[in-house]
Amino acid sequence: MTNAIYTVIRPEGDNRFGLVQETSEGLQELGDRSTTSAAALAKEIGSTLRIPEGEAELEGDSDDGRMIINMGPQHPSTHGVLRIMLEIEGETVLRSKPVVGYLHTGMEKTAENLTYLQGTTNVTRMDYLSPLNNELVFCLAAESLLGIELPERATWIRMLMSELNRIASHVMWLATNGMDLGSTSMMIFGFRDREMVLSFFEKTSGLRMNNNYIRVGGVAADLPDGWEDDVTAVIDTIEARTHDYDELITGQPIFRERVVGVGTLSPQEAVALSASGPILRASGVPWDLRKEMPYLFYDQIDFDVIVGSVGDTYDRYAVRLFEIRESISIVRQIIDRMPRGPYRALDPKVTPPPRARIDESMEALIHHFKLFTEGIRIPPGESYVAIESPRGELGCYMVSDGSARPFRMHIRGPSFVNLQSLPVMLHGGLLADAVAVISSVDPVMGEVDR
Amino acid sequence: MSRTLSDVMVLERSAYLSTVQARHDEGYIYLADLTCVDYLNNPTRDLVDGVSLERFELVVNLRAFAPPAIVRLRVQVPEQDPLMPSIFGFYPGAEAMEREVFDLFGIRFEDHPDLTRILLPEDWEGHPLRKDYGVGRVPVQFKEVKRNR
Repeated sequence: MTNAIYTVIRPEGDNRFGLVQETSEGLQELGDRSTTSAAALAKEIGSTLRIPEGEAELEGDSDDGRMIINMGPQHPSTHGVLRIMLEIEGETVLRSKPVVGYLHTGMEKTAENLTYLQGTTNVTRMDYLSPLNNELVFCLAAESLLGIELPERATWIRMLMSELNRIASHVMWLATNGMDLGSTSMMIFGFRDREMVLSFFEKTSGLRMNNNYIRVGGVAADLPDGWEDDVTAVIDTIEARTHDYDELITGQPIFRERVVGVGTLSPQEAVALSASGPILRASGVPWDLRKEMPYLFYDQIDFDVIVGSVGDTYDRYAVRLFEIRESISIVRQIIDRMPRGPYRALDPKVTPPPRARIDESMEALIHHFKLFTEGIRIPPGESYVAIESPRGELGCYMVSDGSARPFRMHIRGPSFVNLQSLPVMLHGGLLADAVAVISSVDPVMGEVDR
Repeated sequence: MSRTLSDVMVLERSAYLSTVQARHDEGYIYLADLTCVDYLNNPTRDLVDGVSLERFELVVNLRAFAPPAIVRLRVQVPEQDPLMPSIFGFYPGAEAMEREVFDLFGIRFEDHPDLTRILLPEDWEGHPLRKDYGVGRVPVQFKEVKRNR
């Protein structure tokens, strides 16, 4: 691949990425995971627990020291309601199985009963840490069926908002990761910095989290006056603070002990398990949809894809930290290049007319009435659109039968798919490392249990 | 926005596994998405000649990395016998996705290592994303309780 790729630089003497296990003959290294062939991995009998969810208690304590324990669903480090069944021997995790579904919200079924305008509100409830990315993929899928031309400014605003959302989401991840690893200061810093981005969202869309800002045909409103100053202040502060985070955690011995060489995932395994986002890139696969299959105007922006070298928890941390800085540089370029003009498509069948027009024009009143009672009609067809959300490939498969509601809307949640690689990461590691590994996957349970 | 890189193939069920294998060998090594659509009483979709209309359609998006490309397979699955071969052998990442389709649509996958419900409880009846499964309502508990103050 021709793009510039930065590899996360690891300090000297950091080659502890083979698995080490204590045996009766002393420490035994299990060998590098990259030696596992993809065919052997395809079976992957060794890491995933294949017993029914109800049987965890029955296995109980057996003679050979193996037992099955349940972590969660209400464990503080599972980022929501995630239950993990772990088969352990002593303190070593042998096999595991993530059990999801405790939050199942039925978003896909709900979407079949909502119009496209209501649909964007619906999808923000899935990945509640990056609601604007969810709205974006929903709208792109609807627009690809609708075949309308968007004004340039609308697309640039969408890029600005989704990059700011990526910053907020990764800072939030740093916070929760700090919380899982016992760094209370990092938790408080992360929440503090995310709040700056959220207050800009609130100023723009009226809501902190479930924004409903990006809509089919453009965005809901133009950016507020003086948005350049607001955004510059936010990203300047966060950029300065990423150096603080660096100082606070990157080199910290306790943090390094807990993450370096823990939860290794080889590139072959990551690709075979359909992992995406920072997990795939930390394993060394330079795949970023923004770069490789550009949507919006990402092909006009200059940025780098961050890849890791080992694929351990430390790499996943570093990839996210560097991605914050890349996103900040993208936001700077967007501020410089934001054009003037309309922020919504000027098609009256899609975009409601401005309020002032309704008093003047009967046509405008009719369009307004039709759009808010019946909704947008989308021509029959099907499309799959994927974007790079903070957690990876967020895809939306949409089928329309020509009515005002989607016939079928399916979301490919990156957290849902990424969770499959958890048993492979945990395999052979220590029980105490499970918390760090789960945290590094960055699952958002709202998205797992759509 | 046009997605120029996308490519759609409509298939019969019998051609599914061989097509997946051919695509896998061509370099489509990444399973992006696997889902299903229930076209109950909806014959409005476009199909190619020689493929008969069935109730369910399994939709598989495969991705190649270099050069970047995506191909979509749309496989017809009959209502009477919703049984498909699992592609777990080619794409271990299909494990959760196939379980989800089994859970919500009731399509069984042959040779799947652990075909159980994933999102719903194991004793749940029915498959909610089928079009003939209504949107349920959970009765609101304690709604009738009078407030004391």
